[in-house]
Amino acid sequence: MIAFITRRLLLLVPVLLGVTVVTFTLTRIIPGNPIDLMVSPLASAETRERIAENAGLNDPLWVQYFRYIGGVTRGDFGDSFVTDQPVLADLTSRFMPTFELTLFAMLLAVILAVPLGIASAVWRGTWIDHVSRLLAVFGVAMPVFWVSLVAIYVFFFLLNWLPAPQGRIGVIITPPATITGLYTVDALLTGDWKALRSSVQSIVLPASVLAFAAMAPLARMTRASMIEALDADYTRAARALGLSERSVVFRHALRNAILPVITMIAIVYGYLLGGVVLVENVFAWPGLGRYVYNAIASSDYPALQGFILYSTTAYVLLFLLVDILYVILDPRVRI
Amino acid sequence: MPTSLPYMREKATSFFHWCRRNPVTALGFGIILGLGILGILAPLIAPYDPYALNPRERMQAPSWNHLFGTGIFGEDIFSRVLHGIRIDFGIGIGAVVIGLFTGSTVGIIAGYYGGKIDEIFMRLMDIVAAFPGFILAMAIAGVLGPSIPNLIIAIAFVNVPVYARLSRSRFLVIRNSLYAMAARGVGASDFRILTWHLLPNSLAPIFVQSTLQCGWAILDAAGLSFIGLGVHLPTPEWGVMIGLGVPRIITGQWWISFFPGLAIAVTVMGFNLIGDGLQDLLDPKRR
Repeated sequence: MIAFITRRLLLLVPVLLGVTVVTFTLTRIIPGNPIDLMVSPLASAETRERIAENAGLNDPLWVQYFRYIGGVTRGDFGDSFVTDQPVLADLTSRFMPTFELTLFAMLLAVILAVPLGIASAVWRGTWIDHVSRLLAVFGVAMPVFWVSLVAIYVFFFLLNWLPAPQGRIGVIITPPATITGLYTVDALLTGDWKALRSSVQSIVLPASVLAFAAMAPLARMTRASMIEALDADYTRAARALGLSERSVVFRHALRNAILPVITMIAIVYGYLLGGVVLVENVFAWPGLGRYVYNAIASSDYPALQGFILYSTTAYVLLFLLVDILYVILDPRVRI
Repeated sequence: MPTSLPYMREKATSFFHWCRRNPVTALGFGIILGLGILGILAPLIAPYDPYALNPRERMQAPSWNHLFGTGIFGEDIFSRVLHGIRIDFGIGIGAVVIGLFTGSTVGIIAGYYGGKIDEIFMRLMDIVAAFPGFILAMAIAGVLGPSIPNLIIAIAFVNVPVYARLSRSRFLVIRNSLYAMAARGVGASDFRILTWHLLPNSLAPIFVQSTLQCGWAILDAAGLSFIGLGVHLPTPEWGVMIGLGVPRIITGQWWISFFPGLAIAVTVMGFNLIGDGLQDLLDPKRR
């Protein structure tokens, strides 16, 4: 097991190196001179030259690349041109809000989609199957940022059940003391009911919208995988042995069908990382998505590089986690 | 899985019969065809100039004069949504065609030559695929600067690995097929075998995939434009139009964002229904 994980981790090295080459190259073809962002427009030519020299922008590209890689391996992603803070610190401080949002979205999506997928596989061709397919068709087709707006219109403007977009918590509410960094969980742990109420109200809409988008592929995958498992010989054998339908579906078919669903969860999570950029912008959510949006708008190279590297590493590690889960769950993969 | 072109052709002859048995897929075809015609005829049927601003009729709710209402500059949203078909279809189809062409070229070369070339090409594809798709597209679009061609390039680039892997795997299957060997036996060149014998036989699954990708491409394009990384004002692109309505949602002017978004949803649904239906057609096990 340790050997397997080590080998998979080593395999990640070339991929991540490739990723850094891509991010480095990308941010070097951005139009607009970074010097303009670092110095005042009134600065003299000499000052500009000196700052460019100090920042290493006059060195050959490959020297810049190796300096970049050297920094990255020591956790130095450079400083943001805009916030003047180390990019890694910026990203870390914005990680938790995004994590909280995607975590709740993913949980909600899995809780709803997996049973729906199972039900539509077991009762194939009935109304529940049709409803689930229809939901999947709509869920994939509707842009998340548009669903966000429609949801805000309905739940804030028409019904007034939820507040207007306000970020993670109401403006006048003090955030709960930090324990996990998740506002909802911290508020619950500290018994801060006012903060809990406000943070739950704030997260309900963005998380539901993301969950709605994530549900469709999960439900479809669960259905397809369950249908295959239900038609397999071992299921027929279980039925022939006179096991109850409940036991056949949950103990025999589902166990075999769940592996592709786990991979799908990882894929959908990657998709959510993109969707969260859009949703955070609509809901003024102070996470990574908004940060990178601002970084792009102001050609903030190091911040953009840092974000892409950060989220891609997270994504790649997630797939590693899935591979490890596979080995644990499916003895056939064991080496 | 019978996927050759003659098989598809045979299927096409019984198209109408098949439509009756697959109403959902037929609906998808109908939606895309209908929208395509509306898009082509847009200049003729749009009641207003999509670029005309009319400050006196700002933010009017939908009425008979303005079917979808008017926007924050008094522009007619119905006319803009109609003209948007041309732009969004153009971006979606353009991105898929470029991605398909580049990706299958990579996949075909890798699959045909195998060995070192295969290894290098596919590892490169792994690197591109390691990025979360939308985020890579965002980075490329952000770096190249907001414009329609750059948007198309960004979305196409992200999808290259999809086509490369798909066409490569098809290729590995058919490379050693009897007809390829026969062609080699009578002295056909690599290029001729590739383009004349192998390519047509690997097209069907790639074609199905590209219908599905059209929907994704349009969604991504709208998303990028929505955050200001794609098409710019005053171009009547649906994502940009939704973006214009964001500050107006909390004051109740829902129609500014609603109708362009509905257009996206219907379009993407149309492409997905076609893609799903074709997939079922090619792979009876999925039914």
